[in-house]
Amino acid sequence: MAARVACTAYWPTSGSRIADVPSVRLGPGPASRIDVRKTYKLYIGGAFPRSESGRTYVVETPGGEPLANACRASRKDVRDAVRAARAAFQPWAARSAMNRGQILYRVAELMEGRRDQFVTEVAAGEGLSTGRARTVVEAAIDRWVWYAGWADKLGQVLGNSNPVAGSYFNFTIPEPTGVVGIVAPERSSLLGLVSRLAPALAGGNVSVVIASETRPLAAVTLTEVLATSDVPSGVVNLLTGLKDELVPVLAAHVDVDAVDTWGIDPAAQAEVERAAADSVKRLARRPRGVVDERFDWADDRAAQRPEWIAAFLEMKTVWHPIGA
Amino acid sequence: MTTETDPKAADAAPEASRALVRTDGQAPNSWGLGDGQAIPWEYAPAPESRDIVKLKPRYGLFIGGREVPSSDGSTFSTIDPSTEEPLAEVARATEADVEKAIRSARRATGKSWGGLPGRERAKYLFRIARILQERSREFAVLESMDSGKPIKESRDVDVPLAAAHFWYYAGWADKLDYAFPGRVARPLGVAAQVIPWNFPLLMLAWKIAPALAAGNTVVLKPASTTPLSALLFAEVCRQADLPAGVVNIITGPGEIGMALVTHPGVDKVAFTGSTAVGKLIAKGIAGQGKALTLELGGKAANIVFDDAPLDQAIEGIVNGIYFNQGEVCCAGSRLLVQESIAEPLIDKLKDRLATIRVGDPLDKNTDVGAINSKAQLEKITELVAAGVAEGAEIYQPACELPERGFFFRPTLFTNVAQSHRIAREEIFGPVLSTLTFRTPEEAIEKANNTPYGLSAGVWTDKGSRILMMAQRLRAGVVWANTFNRFDPASPFGGYKESGYGREGGLHGLLAYVRLEDR
Repeated sequence: MAARVACTAYWPTSGSRIADVPSVRLGPGPASRIDVRKTYKLYIGGAFPRSESGRTYVVETPGGEPLANACRASRKDVRDAVRAARAAFQPWAARSAMNRGQILYRVAELMEGRRDQFVTEVAAGEGLSTGRARTVVEAAIDRWVWYAGWADKLGQVLGNSNPVAGSYFNFTIPEPTGVVGIVAPERSSLLGLVSRLAPALAGGNVSVVIASETRPLAAVTLTEVLATSDVPSGVVNLLTGLKDELVPVLAAHVDVDAVDTWGIDPAAQAEVERAAADSVKRLARRPRGVVDERFDWADDRAAQRPEWIAAFLEMKTVWHPIGA
Repeated sequence: MTTETDPKAADAAPEASRALVRTDGQAPNSWGLGDGQAIPWEYAPAPESRDIVKLKPRYGLFIGGREVPSSDGSTFSTIDPSTEEPLAEVARATEADVEKAIRSARRATGKSWGGLPGRERAKYLFRIARILQERSREFAVLESMDSGKPIKESRDVDVPLAAAHFWYYAGWADKLDYAFPGRVARPLGVAAQVIPWNFPLLMLAWKIAPALAAGNTVVLKPASTTPLSALLFAEVCRQADLPAGVVNIITGPGEIGMALVTHPGVDKVAFTGSTAVGKLIAKGIAGQGKALTLELGGKAANIVFDDAPLDQAIEGIVNGIYFNQGEVCCAGSRLLVQESIAEPLIDKLKDRLATIRVGDPLDKNTDVGAINSKAQLEKITELVAAGVAEGAEIYQPACELPERGFFFRPTLFTNVAQSHRIAREEIFGPVLSTLTFRTPEEAIEKANNTPYGLSAGVWTDKGSRILMMAQRLRAGVVWANTFNRFDPASPFGGYKESGYGREGGLHGLLAYVRLEDR
């Protein structure tokens, strides 16, 4: 499960070369042309830094072929990401619900334009056929659209007015919780991530995402979409690296208001929850009995739910006086 | 007016401090505003009769519909905090009793409750609401005896609200299909509920009513200083013929509460109490997959703008912090006053404080009763001393305190800095810390400058400002031109370290169900 950590600056560490893996060639081209390869970086505060630690690790296909070097983020990177997220929270939460919805819809628009790139990366990273990868990528795009439409309906579906005694107009409205730490599902590198990230954003939260450790590449490409899709800087921050290293720091950070633990190793669940309890963090967990490895992210009924938005919402009740 | 800086010294102050004679040389009939003196008349005692309460010398646990002693026969005593006299001996539950109570609750999740049609569950809850109304005075008197809260409040607030809560949720029991669009609401199973001593019966109602409406069964542990109203509620369950095991009540110290919530046989944990204990509970059940709601501490800002209806605001400030001796998680313990009206408002507030009657909880004229326990009194005393030591200015009216029992003068601090402990820590006592602000922006910043986020108050004549403030305050309940107002239909609960989940209203129901696809 855990990715091999690079111990040498020399590439490659195994016999095969990245150019020999046809699936990661980005787009067609004459065979004689040398590919321009991408460096996969972190995404913090709208910028694409490498880890401040200078560390990387090797990402492989499920078959063990090396694909790329990903940044191995450090605890300092986590703290930088949380700070960027906190700074972005107020303005993002203050946007009109429809505006937020339009911005999220724009993410879907831009993903659509990069569909082939995502298909290539998902196919290579998750070991799927191109056809299956295409289905997954399309589901991920459609999922953005579904959640984008929720942004301006939450208040009506989850809020209400309450018939209290006395001369008060009493109403309850949902508000975003704040900075949400998301430990992305490990197996479904793009669709799983989108299914956990989009609901948090639709509710007006900002996020620090720890990508799938073994399959981080599609997540990094998603940040390139986010960077160009009107999602303000800092609303999504994404780190790649070792979950064992990063999750405890994220879960214990007092400026993180909630943690989505879907993508953590079940053996680490109790420890993460204990760390989160110190600042009364909200927790979103895998439902009882659900195993990440077997969860069908393409099943709309199971994998897109308004409850997942509500998990990162606070209900505010206001007593407004009625009188002359 | 003398300003008492040491509450202990105030206790020992000679009669002069509370004599109904002016000491400033002015004519006796010139009791004006601004001098903070005691008002020149006395109230004749108006004690509520205790006859209606038939205290038993010894109370058992309520498990499986029966009153049973604890497995090792041990007991502890609960006292009247206004006299320090013991009221009764109460069973001290053991881990074996916890086990037994959970097993009894589990059995009841089957045919006798979980399998019961919603309309039948509803009728049981309506019955409970009715019995609480019928026996309301008995509950009010008992509650005041055991907790120290004034009879005025237990009679007019705690007990009617508790009955109203059962009434409200009774109607949900057969309408769950309409509660959450597109979803089927299923009960979670056995709920372990641990409640505090400040509103013993009301917190019981907030916990039990929604749990039962949704088809769960419960094991509830009341606070060790206030077990009696919960044990009287056990009798209500019997009178209502509630099936055995649906409600189980175990009494004992905090460790038993911890044993209860961490027990693997529990599906749902609900806790109301301090943030420190809430964190311990969240840690205690970490990784167990239980549903959890926490209703924790607060340090609410009560914000008064210069256009506020001043007299109304004074009453709201007083109600915000001196209601229930300030032993309220959502108490308006930080008064934020717009600078331009700070002086007249503080003067008026001091005058109003001088008319607050502190004393016998069972006296119908009493505004502020007894502090719930010696430990709590010590905590309040310590924090007030810290306020003085850190340089805040203290004011306490020269009211007479009873010689016995746990009492504390209503206390007002001015010149408080945000860094002072009395501005940061939850005191849970009749202690108000005053800060000032110039602009709404500054008020918002100061109000939100706390790890808590349970409630807030806004006083202004301007509706648009109310809504703007309500939008910007990071708190679960915002009261405008009122404070400490509750209603079973109104969701209650915190942001940040004040906890998560809501109690009351439709959102309170959500805390006790699992949503499934239709």
